[in-house]
Amino acid sequence: MSVTSEDTAKGQPRSAKKTVELEGATIRLVGDSGDGMQLLGTQLTNTSALLGNDVATFPDYPAEIRAPRGTRAGVSGFQVQFSSRDIFTPGDRLDALVAMNPAAMVTSIKDLRPGGILVVNEDGFTDKDLQLAALDSNPLTDGSLDAYRLIKVPMTMLTRKAVEELGLRAKVADRCKNFFALGMVYWLFGRDLAPTLRFIQAKFGNKPDIAQANERTLRAGWYYGETTEEFDSSFRVAAAQLPPGEYRNMMGNQTLAWGLLTAAKLSGKELFLGSYPITPASDILHELSKFKNFKVHTFQAEDEIAAVCSAIGASFGGAMATTTTSGPGVALKSEGLGLAVILELPLVVVNVQRGGPSTGLPTKTEQADLYQAVFGRNGECPMPVLAACSPGDCFAVAIEAWRIAARYMTPVMLLSDGYIANGSEPWRIPELDSLPKIHIEHPGPGKPGDEFHPYDRDENLARPWALPGTPGLMHRIGGLEKDQPTGNVSYDPDNHEFMVRLRAEKIANIAQDIPAQEVTGPDRGDVLLLSWGGTFGACTTAARQCRDEGLSVGHAHLRYINPLPRNLGDVLKRFQRVLIPELNLGQLRMIIRANYLVDAIGLSKVKGKPFTVGEIVDQIKQQLVTIHESS
Amino acid sequence: MTTELPTLKAADFASNQDVRWCPGCGDYSILAQMRKVLANIGAEPENTVFISGIGCSSRFPYYMNTYGIHSIHGRAPAFATGLKAMRPELQVWVITGDGDGLSIGGNHLMHIIRRNLNVNIILFNNRIYGLTKGQCSPTSPLGHVTKSTPLGSIDNPVHPISVAIGCEATFVARSIDVYTKHLAHVLERAAAHQGTSFVEVYQRCVVFYDGAWRFTTDRDSKQNHVLELEDGKPMVFGKNRDKGVIFQFAKPEVVSLGESITEKDLAIHDEHMEEPCLAYLLSRMRYPDFPEPIGVFRDVDRPQYEVEMDRQVQQAL
Repeated sequence: MSVTSEDTAKGQPRSAKKTVELEGATIRLVGDSGDGMQLLGTQLTNTSALLGNDVATFPDYPAEIRAPRGTRAGVSGFQVQFSSRDIFTPGDRLDALVAMNPAAMVTSIKDLRPGGILVVNEDGFTDKDLQLAALDSNPLTDGSLDAYRLIKVPMTMLTRKAVEELGLRAKVADRCKNFFALGMVYWLFGRDLAPTLRFIQAKFGNKPDIAQANERTLRAGWYYGETTEEFDSSFRVAAAQLPPGEYRNMMGNQTLAWGLLTAAKLSGKELFLGSYPITPASDILHELSKFKNFKVHTFQAEDEIAAVCSAIGASFGGAMATTTTSGPGVALKSEGLGLAVILELPLVVVNVQRGGPSTGLPTKTEQADLYQAVFGRNGECPMPVLAACSPGDCFAVAIEAWRIAARYMTPVMLLSDGYIANGSEPWRIPELDSLPKIHIEHPGPGKPGDEFHPYDRDENLARPWALPGTPGLMHRIGGLEKDQPTGNVSYDPDNHEFMVRLRAEKIANIAQDIPAQEVTGPDRGDVLLLSWGGTFGACTTAARQCRDEGLSVGHAHLRYINPLPRNLGDVLKRFQRVLIPELNLGQLRMIIRANYLVDAIGLSKVKGKPFTVGEIVDQIKQQLVTIHESS
Repeated sequence: MTTELPTLKAADFASNQDVRWCPGCGDYSILAQMRKVLANIGAEPENTVFISGIGCSSRFPYYMNTYGIHSIHGRAPAFATGLKAMRPELQVWVITGDGDGLSIGGNHLMHIIRRNLNVNIILFNNRIYGLTKGQCSPTSPLGHVTKSTPLGSIDNPVHPISVAIGCEATFVARSIDVYTKHLAHVLERAAAHQGTSFVEVYQRCVVFYDGAWRFTTDRDSKQNHVLELEDGKPMVFGKNRDKGVIFQFAKPEVVSLGESITEKDLAIHDEHMEEPCLAYLLSRMRYPDFPEPIGVFRDVDRPQYEVEMDRQVQQAL
């Protein structure tokens, strides 16, 4: 196969083969970390989003930047589901798997549905590659892949031929082979080449030979699909019916950054971010660092402690202050957070959760920091806790977190996780004017002779946010217990108990200021699926699937974890069984049991991976069996 | 010469809180000088912020009628950084101690200094942990016997000024709690400097390490052990101003002034030297081998963090 230079000047080629209509498809691209799998996945996702499909993604990569080549530990993957229906997860079972080497193939093959398409780079299956993947025999020839539609493509060789006129070094040429794989996928699923051609021009425009090589390889992959007799047809996935508006494919960390920025705008504040690089939260810092034109001040601190403390300092000065991190960072920040609680200064703390404990699984997802968020500080130290449920939801939750922080003069913990932070979905960009303003007042200058009380309370039990620079309101705040309302240091036993209870009451009262918990599906019945955070997509899909089968399954997804919605106790009592799926050993479950004395059942998974829909459906059905047996 | 009289007096900078340091503590003197200096330089209480960590010295903000944060152990520089980043117009003072600033907060001290935020850091060095009742600190001498080092400390002490210079400090000075006029002058210089001003103050803890700085206060001998630095002047000291300092082979040496060596043979102090080598050598001069220098070691201009941060924002707008 060769591509002439005239071809590269053309736009989208047209397939002469017949097409088969699909509702949606789930595809995973796997290769070595550093092979460009994340880039390919992003391209496939953005292209699909531009086609109007609903998309959901799941990037999965090792913590090492360049793990040992060809080994199972070094495998990097990117899964995307695109659909003509609205979808909530990146899919359970793969319709197609593209593997660049044996290690990548063998670690993903169990997720490919029987009869699914398996495209492999045949040139990546040498004896040495098999050895690196710890395989005794070659799966391409030993019959172990008979259940799948195996398509062996000598991608390395074909790539070299596609670019040979350009006279590139073999190593440079070989690096283009991921675009060959992408070109094939584009042909197979009727994706438009144009967005990726534009991307190649933008990224490699200053290296014309590399740009041309990538472009040629992408097209060569496309033509291979068109020419090879292995495929007699390609697939089409129609556009999804999404509400009208301007959409953009966004990752959770991006929407979260935009949400913080928007919250600052809505409240007339300048945004300060104090942050220290940590996986998987760093992209929020990167994203906000680009927004200096919106007066965003980003500060890469010397450590996690300085990050939160600088944010508290900025908050004292009147900024909208935030700090972003992951679990180990929250551990380091916890003394600072305790200070923010007793100072009663507003602050948004973002924890993009990853596998723990300790350094744990930095690039994998988990929901095991819930206890840390709710309880993880010394003393009686209540803090509102909110959790985002999807990449797009991070936007709204960020705004809500700041609304609560500013209104109640308190730090607020916002939980995200690696799955929604790096996952993406088409997100409708809201009109700024359509979002409610966040009203913040600062007391004006004090009158001579008047004594200012920094711990006076309003109807929300919030204290005044008096800013340095205001004459007559000079005051000192600190980590020692303070006298109500003067704010002076107090060791008085009664005052301490009063203040401890007051701070607790202030946070508990937020329950009156947040929406009542909604249930999708029946509002009473057999099983209530109760979930929080990034399991939203899998739980929503599982509950829907069960209801489609006529089962009595409601679904309540919590955005607010502290305080819990005021009606949650009633909701729980209307179902025979409460099932709580969590990517931890049952942290929400314990909180629910402690608060409501409800015998909630847990479904735990701690593999660094999200739930599949099937895992949740199975558990719902098991619960239904036990309910019916007992009745 | 100023023609306007300051409108506020030192007393106007005192809060209504009772000062709770031990009688005889050096902190009282520093507090008194600070209030006086703020009045002298025409500081506005509403535009002045004191931020401290934890320790005896860190109670300081409670006693000032300004804005203030008594924060957590060692982290005052980080709070100051966030505040200053968003409110560059405020005058921010960081009050810390040898434990707070150099032990638990060593990292933050290093970074605020290298970033050169326009804040004034006053490190009260009493060479002991006072608030936790007498454990050794990062500046306690080797062999010092404390509750936590009953057989003597085996930790090499750090020299605060050397640390600050190592962190690329643009303003470094030292004074002594009871040298009230000198202290006031140094605080004024620190306030005037654009960038991080780092001031070490030798401070007496009467309860847990009385005598740590006795060589600077002993009526008969103090002048033989303290070298008052003056910009552009030869380094002369001694009760009879009969001793001086020269530098030979990058080492300080004490010489007696007389017929063979006169003042013009002595090292000349230069606060504004671009390279901090002289300031560093001065920071290594320790009692009893050398007189310990006080005054401004170093004062140079460098870009300030919050100004650069604001410039980037303004350019992006």
